[in-house]
Parts: sequence; C-alpha cells; structure tokens
Amino acid sequence: MSVVTLHINDELVSARSDQKLLEVIREQGIDIPTLCHLEGVSDLGGCRLCLVEVQGSSKLLAACVTPVQEGMSVYTHSERLVRYRRMILELLLSERTHTCAVCVTNGHCELQYEAAELGVDHVRYEYLAPQLHLDASHARFTLDHNRCILCQRCVRVCDEVEGAHTLDIMGRGANGRVITGLNRPWGECVSCTSCGKCVQVCPTGALFFKGSSVGEMEKRHAFLSWILNGRERKEWQW
Amino acid sequence: MNRPELQAMGERERERQQSYRCRLLCCASTPCLSSGATAVIEALKQFVKEQELDADVLVTATGCMGPCSRGPLVTVQTRDLEDVVYEHVTPELARDIALAHAAPEPRALERNLLAADSPFFAKQKKVVLSNSGLIDPERLECYVARGGYGALANALREMTPVEVCEAITRSGLRGRGGAGYPTGLKWDLVRKAPGTRKFVIANGDEGDPGAYMDRTLMESDPHRVLEGMAIAGYAVGAEQGYIYVRGEYPIAAKRLENAIRMAERRGLLGGRVLDSSFSFRIDIRIGAGAFVCGEETALMASVMGRRGQPSPRPPYPAQSGLWGMPTLINNVETFGNIAPIIDNGAEWYAAIGTDKSKGTKIFALAGTVATTGLIEVPMGISLREIIFDIGGGIPNGRAFKAAQTGGPSGGCIPAEHLDTPVDYDSLRRLGSIMGSGGLVVMDDTSCMPDVAKFFMEFCMDESCGKCVPCRVGTVQLHRLLEHITNGSATPRDMETLEELCVMMQETSLCGLGQSAPNPLLSTLRYFREEYQAHILERTCPAGKCTMDHVPPLEQGAELQRRSRSTTSDSEVS
Repeated sequence: MSVVTLHINDELVSARSDQKLLEVIREQGIDIPTLCHLEGVSDLGGCRLCLVEVQGSSKLLAACVTPVQEGMSVYTHSERLVRYRRMILELLLSERTHTCAVCVTNGHCELQYEAAELGVDHVRYEYLAPQLHLDASHARFTLDHNRCILCQRCVRVCDEVEGAHTLDIMGRGANGRVITGLNRPWGECVSCTSCGKCVQVCPTGALFFKGSSVGEMEKRHAFLSWILNGRERKEWQW
Repeated sequence: MNRPELQAMGERERERQQSYRCRLLCCASTPCLSSGATAVIEALKQFVKEQELDADVLVTATGCMGPCSRGPLVTVQTRDLEDVVYEHVTPELARDIALAHAAPEPRALERNLLAADSPFFAKQKKVVLSNSGLIDPERLECYVARGGYGALANALREMTPVEVCEAITRSGLRGRGGAGYPTGLKWDLVRKAPGTRKFVIANGDEGDPGAYMDRTLMESDPHRVLEGMAIAGYAVGAEQGYIYVRGEYPIAAKRLENAIRMAERRGLLGGRVLDSSFSFRIDIRIGAGAFVCGEETALMASVMGRRGQPSPRPPYPAQSGLWGMPTLINNVETFGNIAPIIDNGAEWYAAIGTDKSKGTKIFALAGTVATTGLIEVPMGISLREIIFDIGGGIPNGRAFKAAQTGGPSGGCIPAEHLDTPVDYDSLRRLGSIMGSGGLVVMDDTSCMPDVAKFFMEFCMDESCGKCVPCRVGTVQLHRLLEHITNGSATPRDMETLEELCVMMQETSLCGLGQSAPNPLLSTLRYFREEYQAHILERTCPAGKCTMDHVPPLEQGAELQRRSRSTTSDSEVS
C-alpha cells in the first residue's frame, strides 16, 4: 500500500492511499462532525456535515467519501464550513419534531451533541413538524419517524452487517420514510432477526428499546467494531 | 447485412417512395396525437381506400414537424408541386386535402396553410431533426433511404475507434443534457479506461417542465439514436448499450423497441454488426417517474435496479459506472448528432455555431408565445430571434417579460438580455444554463416570485432526500416563497432565503440540489424589486398573487401568522 502526503489545515500529514479524508482528518485529532457516517458500514455522503474545502476544487467535498490524493490541501474548519454545518443542523432540527425534553435519548443523542458542539442555540427556519406515526408493533423495538433524520445508518447496518435488509427507505425528499419489510408493521416482518443493530446505530431517538423513558436510551457505540473485528480479523475481545 | 446491401435497401425504398404521385405525411408525435392526429390518419387512409388510390397516394404517419401548437399537422409532397404543410387538420379537412392533391390536376388548398417560407421554418437549421416529420419512425427502410446507418457502416469500415473519438473531439460537440461537457473528451476517457466490459447509456429521462426534445427525437427518428449509440460503442469498446426512457414516454419506448428489433433482424445491431467483428446490443430501461434519475449516477443506479439516488463523484462513470465498469453516458440528443458528424465530417459540424459551442440545439419553445413547438437552431442565435421571429412574438399584445431556460436548474433571462447569443457560456454568465433545451416564454402577467415558487415546488417534490441541504432546503425555500407570495414575509426572510440558496448550491450532493436555487437566484438578480414589492408594500406588480387574506404585519400579527401556519400544517399531515 503506497503512502501519500497531504496538508490538512496547513499541517503536513501522511496517509495510506486507500484511506478516505475523514479517517485521516480524525487521525490527526481534528474533530469533524458527522451524522450519517458510521465506522463499519459503507458511506453515504448524505448528511454533508463533514464537508471540507479542498484547494483546487471549486466544490466542497464530503470527507467521508473523498479519497486522499497526493499533495491535496484540505481545510476543515473555515468560517464558511462552520456556518454551513450550523445551517445543516438547523435544517435537520426544523425537519421533524426534535423535542429533547421528552426524548428517550436526551443527553445521549448525536444530533443533540453536534448541535451543542456547533452552538446551534436557535433555529431560524420554520419548524415543519409533520405529524408522523410511530411503529411499536415489534416486541422489543420502537420506530418513531418524528425523530428520524434519514441518515440511513439503520438501513445500511441491517443490509451490510446483519444481512437481513429488513429496513429501507420509501418515498423521496421530505416524504422519505424508513420502512420495515415492504412497508409492513415491523412486528409482522419475518425477515427481521430482532438483532437490535439498527437501534444501537441510530444517532437519535428514532429507534429505541421499548420501556425506555426520557433520557434512558443509551446506545452502545463500540459494538459494531467489536462484531466486525471479530468477524473479519478474528479478534474477539471478551 | 453488409454495406452494399444497406445501400441497395435505401435505393429500393427511395424508388418506392418516388413511385407515388402524392405522399400525405401526418405527424404522429405525442402533441399531434393528443390533438387528434389518429383520426386524421384514419380519414386519410380511408380516403385512399375508397378512391382506390393505393398505387398513387401514400399515407405515412411520421414524426414531429415542429409547430406543435398548430397540430395536427399534415405535410403533402406532390410530384410537381412544392411541399405544403397544413395546420389544425380535422378529419373533414384531411379528406379535402387528399382530394385536392390526389386529383389528376393537383392543387393546394387555400385554407389552413402554413407558409413554407415563414420565419418559423426559415430561421431553423435541422441537423438532428433532419428526418423528423419526413420519415415513418416505425420503418427502418425509411431511415436507410435517407442515408441512415451509413455513418455506422463508414465508421466500422474506414475508421479506427481512435479516429472516431478524434472526429467527435474536432467537431466541438458538447453534451446536450445541459452541462455541456465536451463529448469527444468523454468518449476518449471511456475508451482509455481499463475494463473488461464497457457500457454505453443514452439518457432519455427528460424531466424539465415544458421540455420534450428527447421525447420527440426518440419518437420521430429512433434509429438515429441507435446509430449514434452503436458508433459510440465502437469508439469506446462497449458491446452493450442501454437507453433509459422516461416512464411517461410510452410511445417513445414502443418505437425504440420496435426500431431495435428491426435493426437487429437486419444485422445493423446485435452480433457482428454489418458483417464486421463489432457486436453491439441495445436494451431499453424504463424509468419510474423520478426526475433525479436524469442525473447520471442516479440513472445508473436505476439501470442496475437500485433505488434511483445519486452517489458522490469521483469515481466518475467513465472510470466506474454500471456494475463498476467504465460507462459512457450521453444525452439522447448528443447521440442524435453523431451520425451527421461522421457523415459530413467534423469540420462541417464545427462550422455551425459559435466559437465555443458548436452545432445546433433543439429547443422546446413553450409558454406565452404565438407558436409553440419544437425548433432546432444553430448555436449563437439570439433569444430575440427565437422568440420573436421563430415563435412569432408574444400573443394578445402583451409585453415580453422573461424567458426561462434550463428548467428547474436554469434561470430567467429578462428583456434587456434578449440579444444575447444562445450558447453554453453566455447563458451561464446570465445566471441561467442551456439545460436540456426547455425554453419557457413569459409575458408581463407572470409574477417572478410565483415562477420561482413553481420551480422550487418542483425541486421539492423531486428531491430524492439523500442529502440534507436539498431535502430540507427545498422545503424551507418553498415555505419562504409561499410567505413572500401571500404577503406575510418580512425583510428578514429575504436574508434567510438568500443565505439558504447559496448554502444549497455549495453543499448539496448532486446537480439537482446544487442547481435547485438557480431559478430563485436569477429572478432575484433581475427582478429584485418585485420581491421587495411583495414584502414591503404587500402588492404583486404582476397582479398574480392575492394577499388580501393576510393581515398587515404589525406587532403581534407575525406571531399570529406563525401559530396559524403550524395548525394548518398539522391538518395537512
């Protein structure tokens, strides 16, 4: 594997040529927000929070899907980027109903965390607040569309890691919904193995264990790398 | 079939056509069919049968003739007379036309005539549409009689793939889908890309409101598209092609399917094309109604049977497209330009048009203009010539206000820029784009914020929802435009609006999201005073928006509005 050198925020760094920018940026200890990215599943490039400026490119590039290149010069926290990240979070918060005070993941929510980190203290856009339903037909899990940010982590983990592909997206644009089976109630989906990976990777309170109350739903973030390390590298850490 | 056999086929068909004293060509494209062309064709055929004129008169259902708002159209080619075109033909009129032209002493009727020397035809230059309206799209022989598949035969026998790519590069042809990427360069990239299998895709997923160039080309001259694709396949080393046809175009899909079957049967497609060692198969893929599938990465996902969503580039399709293989993807109209370039030479093609934009472009002229329809003009023609000479100006004595090009990714061009030459770069400088060729003319009754709202609603409905800026940004921009057009916006909403537009352009994942704010930004650039009138004076200068139901924005009223809009939302959802 060849090595490339590049500049990140004017610091010279080296990276393996098969790495993506996001990985290299994080290796440098630079904190860059992401919501759709998840270690262990394929990248989507959808949340646009990890956008970076690359010198010579007229467009902003999503670091999670951009391969490193020899001699590239990357800026991760320009004034424009931080402003756009804030606006993206404002848009996400305005899209559905994110009322932290009554949410099961209050205090453990990635959307809430990123908003706090970026100092989003108010939303300038109109709250769309569509009244979406909630699927509690599964014996152990609940899917609340009102808290979903359509990051598709659950869809990807169900397809790529569990291999069940019970979850997918239906509809387009703001009408997009995470569906179970062919839009059947979750409890009736025979393909679901009830493994709970979707719940663990969900960044918000859209997917949670039944019986959790406000702030009680804490997700185990390390489990996915634990499973994948075991499966692919035979490194079991029990 | 080999080359001499192809030429013999063309010769036979030409002789057959000349054996008729009179040929009655009736347009059977979607616009004319919807205004009653089926009955007209039926009446003409009935007439020929009744009068037992089968040996003298030929009735042909052809492709589009151009002035669609004047349909159904009938062209009559009589041996000793000039060709004449009749407009608004009814079955009764059709019988009169046939009677007059098929008589031993043929004469043209005085009624419903479209003058052949009218500016609508005189200012056009038909390259891609040269067969359209003259041939029967369902008969391969008709296409071959006009030199069809000659370019493919020529390329296969006389040229190497490198030479074909060079010819396309020298012709200066740029992608007709809207972005205007040099076609020859793209072909060369795919040709050089390493890969065991390669693919060619024709993008016929045309979705801009009011645009129907690709549909017409596929309906009127399907073999031209197939020939262009086969030449491309030879040039880049692909053996499989796909035509992605929009689901709303059943006639185009049917005619293409028929054309593929005919060409395969005669050895013009399929295994060992024209007795050469080159094989090329073409399959049709039909879309399911998503605008975003016109974006190349989403289109490829759809061809592969996946959800039609764009994916980030790089990798570009030329490196890794369908099933990870190098893929050439061009618009249907781009492929329509290939055969004439090979036939007449790159230099001939490069002589048409402007310095940076070569050749001709098809536009779908729509909106408030006297004659709407499909036109093909050389690049560099001014908007004024298109709208006032070809289109016949604005009807009902109204004034021209703006021309919208490029659909939901384009912008509005105001009257002061009417003399701008129409080419890729000039339009971009004006804040619009060439786009696929939709051209909507608006008179002074159009309200610009309302127009912007229309296009934003379109983008909102068509956003795939993969990336946040486009999915939520389009909804928020639409909300803001709704506030502006109903008189409840504040000056601050304008700031939010403009900031959001720029943010969407810079952060969206694909071209759809990046260009969705264009109609809004271009109307803001040229018609800002209209927006201000809506917000500050609560009046609509064009008289389009009604603002009576909203109380004036005084203290407290703003809060009332917000609470009212949230309750109405919950009712909707």
